[in-house]
Amino acid sequence: MAKWGMTIDLDRCTACQACVTACQVENNLPPTGPEEARQGRNFTWMEMIPFEGEGERPKGIERLLPRPCLHCDNPPCVKVCPVEATFKNEEGIVGQIFSRCIGCRYCTTACPYTARYFNWNEPQWPSPMNRPLNPDVSVRTKGVVEKCTLCHHRLQNARDQARAENRPLHDGEYTPACVESCPAGAMVFGDLSAPNSEVSKLAHSRRAYKLLEDLGTEPKVIYLREGE
Amino acid sequence: MSASAKSSPPPLLAEDAILLEPILHTGPKFYVTAAALLSIIALGVYAYSVQYRDGLGVTGLGRPVYWGFYITNFVFFIGISHAGTLISAILRILGAEWRRTITRSAEVITVMVILFGVGSILMDLGRPDRMLNVIKHGRLQSPLLWDVCSITIYLTMSTTYLYLPLIPDIAILRDHTNKRRWFYRALALGWTGTPRQHRVLEILISVMAIIVIPVAISVHTVVSFVFAMTIQPMWHSAIFGPYFVVGAIFSGIAALICAMALLRWVYGLGEYLKKVHFNNLGLLLLVMCFAWFYFTASEFLTTFYGSEPTHMAIFWMKFTGPYAPHFWTMVVTCFVIPVTILCNKRTRTVLGTVIASVSVNIGMYLERFIIVVPSLSQPRLPHSEDVVYSPTWVEWSLLAACFAAFILMYMIFTKLFPIVSIWEVQEGREKSIAEVTERVKSYLPEPQTPVARPKIVETTP
Repeated sequence: MAKWGMTIDLDRCTACQACVTACQVENNLPPTGPEEARQGRNFTWMEMIPFEGEGERPKGIERLLPRPCLHCDNPPCVKVCPVEATFKNEEGIVGQIFSRCIGCRYCTTACPYTARYFNWNEPQWPSPMNRPLNPDVSVRTKGVVEKCTLCHHRLQNARDQARAENRPLHDGEYTPACVESCPAGAMVFGDLSAPNSEVSKLAHSRRAYKLLEDLGTEPKVIYLREGE
Repeated sequence: MSASAKSSPPPLLAEDAILLEPILHTGPKFYVTAAALLSIIALGVYAYSVQYRDGLGVTGLGRPVYWGFYITNFVFFIGISHAGTLISAILRILGAEWRRTITRSAEVITVMVILFGVGSILMDLGRPDRMLNVIKHGRLQSPLLWDVCSITIYLTMSTTYLYLPLIPDIAILRDHTNKRRWFYRALALGWTGTPRQHRVLEILISVMAIIVIPVAISVHTVVSFVFAMTIQPMWHSAIFGPYFVVGAIFSGIAALICAMALLRWVYGLGEYLKKVHFNNLGLLLLVMCFAWFYFTASEFLTTFYGSEPTHMAIFWMKFTGPYAPHFWTMVVTCFVIPVTILCNKRTRTVLGTVIASVSVNIGMYLERFIIVVPSLSQPRLPHSEDVVYSPTWVEWSLLAACFAAFILMYMIFTKLFPIVSIWEVQEGREKSIAEVTERVKSYLPEPQTPVARPKIVETTP
């Protein structure tokens, strides 16, 4: 069984935010403005967070770190859900059942990475943006929690394709939108359990580290330290 | 007065006739107060309908402060609900004779306030229409399910525990009043006051009093577990269970004192809810005040000494940051004011204990608030936007409506049932005085010289 994961090379990342935009388009995230941002109500399954990198740097230069859901192997959010609306599947993806979520927001408070989002209002797409939405991703209603799914619908499509052609799923056939969109090639996605996959090699490289590793959440999104 | 002559209480009740007054007569003041409370409730209903239509966006919540007033209300109301059942059960088991006139008013608080605790959680849900998923897809691994279970058990048990000692009083109402006879006849369960019935009732009450204590403690412990089981800074703490239980009893006693003072004032029950009751409850409040301070000091000192950066971020938010006004007001209202008033016998009067209690309740609400909100507003990972939570009119209206609905339900209860247990007061007069004399005697050494013995028996009344 595959164990999907990702590495993000902070040396290559230019913080261009292509991944943020690609994610929003791919996953039908409703657009939000400065007012929503001020209230903490914008949707950014992939978010650029300011962080302290290592080493000296001139004052005023802020580093940004792309943060999707880290798909922890030991997810604190899954533990606390009272209705099993969030779960970790056998391939390690932490998913969300939008139609079951009761909106208690226990998972959102339990997640140490603040990687979960709540629909405070009914999502709306203003007129220039009311183009057809991605039919593969369900549109959420107000009152439920949502999060990065590692573009799980892409996995399903790729697997259906492979099954139709009566062959196994090849490496690289399933890639989330953020990884696909990265112009600097900073993100690598694949099967962490396959020892020879690129992602697996990078995840075991000297530069690899995990966010808030000491919490024991075992994220499957792994960062590669910059400056080497 | 002519109306009261018609349904004049029998000689048995002559002494305690005043306890039936609120049930027999309802004045215009009651309706005026009820109308005022109903208008506040109507505002709350409107506020909730707006929230139901537009979503939780009408509140001041956002990422990362996902929880605010509603969860604070939940913890606060569940805490208040400890007033009744727990205090009443402890006093009953200890055989504290001064309990007789106050247990009922305490037990009613429990049953009614717990409904608003549950209600606050439902108000907080993004999809209240799906709340039954908690039963359909319930995961027992989630602390929220522990809450669902223990609050359900607690509500059932404390309702039973309120109802059992009510039965003889309901029978009194059935036999001696003309109002709602079918209602009282059904609820009296055929009580006639035979010795066997009394024996069964006493056994049931004592069994319930014992079982309800661990249940009550479990309720507030699992409420704290909702926070303590997560790994969020200043939530993930083993002290939270007992800390919440102590805080609950603390605020519960304060709420009871306020309720008793209102009853005493509105229904003229000064002869039943005496200074000594306020004095004793005031002392109990003082003890809990120190217990609360001990837990609070332990919690903050442990955090400060360990000084882990993520914990200290929350710590300083409370001490000097945006939540400092809340924190220091809490210290003053939960500790400084009550201790100053209650330590001194001259200020431990009815008015004094009431002032201390109001202060404690304000402080305990703030305590719940600064447990819930600051831990969420400083997540471990840095944040692109600084979000400051401030509740909107919807949240304020629903808080006010909860209080108004609680007061209204309590008022209606006093119009249906005696708020001071009549039969227990009578039992106190008839039996307990002799029992207590016997009990005190049994504490003392037996007389040594057989010659002196008959003399002692003679001199005792």
